[in-house]
Parts: sequence; structure tokens; C-alpha cells
Amino acid sequence: MIKVEGLTRTYGSYTAVDDVSFECQPGRVTGFLGPNGAGKSTTMRIIVGLTAPTKGSATVKGVHYHDLPNPGRTVGVLLDASAQHDGRTGREVLTLGAMTMGLPLSRVDEMLHLVSLSPSEAKRRIRNYSLGMRQRLGIAHALLGDPEVLILDEPANGLDPAGIRWMRGLLKSYADRGGTVLLSSHLLHEVELIADEMILIGKGKIVAQGDRKALLAHNGKVETLVTSLDNEALAKALTGKGVGVVPAGDGLRVSAEAVEVGRTAVEHHIVLTDLRSGDGGLEELFLQLTADTQREGAVA
Amino acid sequence: MSAVTQTQAPARPAAGGIPFSRLLQVEFRKSWDTRASFWLLFSLGAIVLVAELITAIVTGVQNVDDVQFGTFATVAGFISQLLLPVLGIMLVTSEWSQRTAMVTFSLEPRRGRVVQAKMAVGLIWTALTVVFALLMGAIFNLLYGAIAGNIDWSGGAGITGFIITQTLAMLLGFALAALLLNTPAAIVIYFAYLFALPTILAIGAALMDWFKSFQEWINYSDAQNPLYDGFWNMSGSEWGKLLVSCAIWFGIPLTVGLRRILRAEVK
Repeated sequence: MIKVEGLTRTYGSYTAVDDVSFECQPGRVTGFLGPNGAGKSTTMRIIVGLTAPTKGSATVKGVHYHDLPNPGRTVGVLLDASAQHDGRTGREVLTLGAMTMGLPLSRVDEMLHLVSLSPSEAKRRIRNYSLGMRQRLGIAHALLGDPEVLILDEPANGLDPAGIRWMRGLLKSYADRGGTVLLSSHLLHEVELIADEMILIGKGKIVAQGDRKALLAHNGKVETLVTSLDNEALAKALTGKGVGVVPAGDGLRVSAEAVEVGRTAVEHHIVLTDLRSGDGGLEELFLQLTADTQREGAVA
Repeated sequence: MSAVTQTQAPARPAAGGIPFSRLLQVEFRKSWDTRASFWLLFSLGAIVLVAELITAIVTGVQNVDDVQFGTFATVAGFISQLLLPVLGIMLVTSEWSQRTAMVTFSLEPRRGRVVQAKMAVGLIWTALTVVFALLMGAIFNLLYGAIAGNIDWSGGAGITGFIITQTLAMLLGFALAALLLNTPAAIVIYFAYLFALPTILAIGAALMDWFKSFQEWINYSDAQNPLYDGFWNMSGSEWGKLLVSCAIWFGIPLTVGLRRILRAEVK
């Protein structure tokens, strides 16, 4: 649905996007993940034709965005929730969108209802909106034309926890009905929960892509977090087997599969209170892959 | 929050392109649906009304003899010549200052069509303003005539010229806005052009002989004067000066500005 090939964008000597290629499939949520300034927004702007690429191309449904006759009906776009006229009401913004796309104005009410903006909120001017409300309005605007493809830049920004969960459900069901979603974020946890596919980008280059499993396999590191009634004994037993163990919080971080840790516990009659695969895997991978691109320098 | 399922399945057939009439409708609506644009239009009307009133009172009190329809129409025209360009400017620049260009151009990526629609909206408002100004002129002329005892309908000969100059004023604002994409800058440049430039050109003409005849070709506002005196009586050289200065002050900024709008990165 979305196909990006060899996309490069330079500003003078600075390369914002460097030979980026990926595809987004229908029925899947693709998460575009990277630290601030990694090139996520620039890539998205190029896809929707707001920025010209220096090299490479981006197509939606096999055509360049410019060649879509009424793009709002095919691609829902939210690049910046703040990019709306402060003096317009929320309803007015949606009305203008519906008029442009040639939609019945009843669609405006449907969308306001969908994103839970009340009629009185919709009558307020955007100047008085919180970021979360702007974000909801932006999502409503993106969904207005009932598009097959959604391109959302940091859509969870400014939403409260309930709002983030709501959006997750919305996008999930949208993809389940066959829609294609590309969303960006700089927060791993946000994307991890909804994305079927993840693209990690740093300094304009894609550093890894694939689903969660593929990414973790790429990492090549198996880790398990375990807590038991006798951590000391468990650590000793695991070390005895030649497995790396480091204390982590109340428990231990073990460089082995959960099954291995469980077996060791049974052998030594140690009661486990918590056993799970190291969820730091992705985060560590993320930080590691983008370590040299992080502003903070060596983080991991 | 349970409304997730309310959107239809995302598989509606894509509609045809966006007809120009729809873009025009949308851009027209955008020209009055914000506070800033609404009050600009409102004050345009209100100031014209007040100015006409003052003219009627002053001329009435002073017993000026030659008050005619043209007097009132000229007063209205002077005001609208100041504010129409601001309207033309805001049609373009509000998209950039408020960053709505991102939304506008992602809904219609053929940016040239959006600019055309905006210019058409500027022309529509110019036409409405001219009609309003003439209407005000007629009403106040009637009122004045009713009080003074005789109604003079003369002075309406310059109407064609009046319409053209109002249009040119709006278009100049539009072109400067396309070039600068910044509201305050475009307004400042327009007023500098309107008030400072004639003086500068006059000084230049007074100091240098060769500049005197040269400046006639670049002085946009001077070149428009013959239009008032009678559109049909303009000489070839007057037309030439008008067209040349028009190309310089309107054509060049608009061409450069259009190129910029069509190619610019929209953030």
C-alpha cells in the first residue's frame, strides 16, 4: 500500500533521510520508531508530497501522492495536530475537510462522535484546545474521507493514558478491517503494543525492521527476568551451569531462556515468584541500534 | 469511546478528482470563517460606512456645492483600496502563518489549483466590495440629495477604472503575499509601496532628468490614474505604462511567489 524506495533527502550537507526503503502492508500497523530528529517526519512529509525527495520515490497504492485524484479519500494524514488555524472551531476544520473531499456534512458529526469531542467542544476555537483535543481532532480529520491508508505522525502525543488506549483500539480495528497504518513515535512502548511491524530509524537511516520476533532475533540476545524466594541460591545454581546472572531490582537478569531458568529452579527446589522473558530486549535493541544517534551519547 | 466501529470498512471506491468549483467554495468559506478574516471584512464595510457618513456631514455642514455620486464612490474606493490588498494578502499568508498549508496541500496536492481558487476568491471579494462601495455611494448621494434639495448623479464615469484599480490593488497584495508568505512583511511592503514609493520616485524624478521619464514606466499607482479619468480615453502610451508597471509590480512577484509556493517544502 505504501512503498518507499531509496528515499533520500538532503538539506545542504545535512542528510535528513538516507536511502530509506520500506513497505507498509494492508491489514497491518507499521510503527516508525526513532529518536527525535531521526527523519521520521521528513519521510512522512515526502510520502504525502509536502517535501520533495532528493532521490528515490514514495508511492501509495502504486501511484505518487500527487497523482491521487482526491487524496483525502484514499490517505488519511495527520502530520502535526498543531497545524490548524487557531481561530477556527473544531467543527469548522472538519467541515472544510469534508467540503474539499466532497463528503456529506453528516460525516463531520460522525467523526466528532468517533473521537469523543463533544458538541460544545467542537464549537470552541482551536486556540482553546489542549494538545490532546487537537490530536483527537487531527485523527478525526484523517479518518474523515474513510481512507484505506492512514499516515500519522506522533498521534499519541498529548493524549492521556485513556486516550492512548482508545487510539490503540481504534487503529487496531482499523487495520483489522484491512486498512494500512503507518504511525511514528519516539516512544518504544507506545508502538510496541500496536505495531505488527516496526521500522527503527536513526540519523536518517533504517537500522532495523521487521516484526517483534524478527527484531529480537536480530538482537541475538536471550534474556529472562526471574525473582524467587532464594535469589542467592538460584544465582549460584545458574552460574554453576555457566549462565550469566546479574542482579536486577528484586530479582535477577539471566542470559538464558525462561525454560532453562525454570528447570534450574526445579532441580534446586527453589520457589519462583516471577519469571518472564526480558522485556528490556526491544528497548535495549532500540537504544543500542540508535546509540550513536542519540543526543545523550552512550545510553545503554 | 465505544464508537470505534462506527467508521465504515475502509474500502470505499476512490472518488474522482476535486472539481475547481469545490475548491472555490472551500477557499471562499476560509476567507471569512476565522475571527481575523471575519473582522477584516466587517471593518472594511464599517469603515466605508463611517467614512461616507463623515463625508456627508462635512460636505453638508460646509455647504459644498459640487457633491455628487462620484464623491461618495471615491471615498468608499479610497478605503477599500487600503483594505482589499490586506484581504488578498491574508488569503495567501494565513495558510503559512497558521501552517494550515500542510492540511490544504495534502488534501489537494496540485497546489496551483489552490492558488487559483484563492485568487478567484480575492476577485469575488473585490467585486462584492466594489458593489458595496457603489451602493453606499448611491445611498449617501440620495440622502445628501434629499437634504440638500438636488441630487447629482454625475461622477460615475470612472466606474470601469474604479473596478480595475480596486482589482489591481487586491492582486498586488496577493502577489506580494505569494512572494513573501508572511502577513506582516507583505502588509508593510504594500503600504511602503503605496505611500513611500511615489515620494521616492518623485524625488528621483526631481533630481535626475533621465529618471523622470523612466519612472513613469515603473510607477504603478501613477499609471493607474488615467483609468479614473476615463477608461475609454486612455492613450497608447498610458496603456503601455500601465501594462509595464503592472508586469513589474504584479507579474514578477506573483511569478516568483508561485514558483516558491509550488516547490516549497511545507512544514
